[in-house]
Amino acid sequence: MKKLISAMVALLICGACISRAQESPYIVTYDHYLEEPGNLELEYFSTFGTQRSGKVFVADWMEFEYGAKAWWTTEFYLAGQSTFADSTVFTGFRWENRFRLLQHEHFINPVFYMEYEQINDADKLIKEIEGHDVESDHAEPNAVMRRDLNHELELKLLLSKTFNGWNFAVNPLATKNLSPSEPWEFGYAIGASRPLSLNASAESCNFCRENFIGGVELYGGLGDTESFGLHETSHYLAPVAAWNLLSGWTVRISPGFGLNDNSHQLLLRWGLSYEFTGFGERISSLWEKR
Amino acid sequence: MRKIARIHRTAIILFAGMPFFAVALAIAQSTAEHPPAADHFDYSELAKSPVKARARKNPKEGNAEAALIGRKLFAQHCAECHGAAAEGGKKAPSLLADEVQQATPGALFWLLTNGVVRRGMPVWSKLPEPQRWAIVTYVKSLRPLPPAQHVESDNLVKQ
Repeated sequence: MKKLISAMVALLICGACISRAQESPYIVTYDHYLEEPGNLELEYFSTFGTQRSGKVFVADWMEFEYGAKAWWTTEFYLAGQSTFADSTVFTGFRWENRFRLLQHEHFINPVFYMEYEQINDADKLIKEIEGHDVESDHAEPNAVMRRDLNHELELKLLLSKTFNGWNFAVNPLATKNLSPSEPWEFGYAIGASRPLSLNASAESCNFCRENFIGGVELYGGLGDTESFGLHETSHYLAPVAAWNLLSGWTVRISPGFGLNDNSHQLLLRWGLSYEFTGFGERISSLWEKR
Repeated sequence: MRKIARIHRTAIILFAGMPFFAVALAIAQSTAEHPPAADHFDYSELAKSPVKARARKNPKEGNAEAALIGRKLFAQHCAECHGAAAEGGKKAPSLLADEVQQATPGALFWLLTNGVVRRGMPVWSKLPEPQRWAIVTYVKSLRPLPPAQHVESDNLVKQ
């Protein structure tokens, strides 16, 4: 146990463990790049949302992303939210896995995404829009909403391509509440992004243009098996920006704007992430030494 | 009472969900417990690069600034596995080996772009092309060879 604690402390303070990855700016959309094997990325995200006929809220999630293989990334999320003049609640957890389907780069690169969620109705992350998710779903007090616990399976196909420095990604999704009576729900996320400069500078610098990546995301719901389409769905357009710092931190910000009356008017998201390289190897070395 | 039961159920599922970390760590551990010997690595993946890719010229060849940029990028993205001086490590082969140094810049660029996913090397197409060429320039500068000695990499692979 002492070994484990000392290893964790060493990881936290060891500058040499930090990798400056070229992180994507997307918050909702996924590209086809997985976590490097053995690396652990810790991420914290927050969403401030306005609410008509209700109270504004801040939803937060913590994400542990681990590169199990070059073709497999696994992530664990813990989520909660605070609604102003109401309460702060833990809303549930998610376990997500992404599998790269093809060995080499192709014209379009598919990644299979599978997630299990156990979240209650008070969840306001809006990490994706499913089916007929609309703003009014979030208007009820937390004490009422948190009573209903949902077990959901979410499948996505992540299609992505990087061309001339631009990344384009399209993520169709299908979600099934594991309660038998619930229909499959559908949604989408589309993203495009590009670094401010494709050329790197020879010096190590925080403010070099190549460290900044800008882009835009569009995401929304597509109804369910009983009523597929855009009727009674919400949609958002969100510029995104990421700043990759030399220290290993990545800062992301994204103001999202609702595109119809069913959408929140504003979802202001920001996040911080930090990547530890060789995390798996360092942990496993504890067993090696025994 | 129902609330307590729900909390218990959540706690049980939370702990039940943790095995994914154990699985991932166990996989990483199994790799670390049996690190491949230095001669375990082969360079056959270079030979898989398409002819067209192998023939691509490095637009930054011989550019001293590109080599400097490549050195910085190598330290940030590659040194963790290939070693600070590209001498190789537990997870990845030396880039000073003849197979790499005598491969065409196009073959190295192709390998960097596509990775060797099943052996643990990620794809690096997320780095813009000029940055990937800078890394190739740096790697080739580690043991400079006259251009005449760049031969088709598939001829060099030990069968």
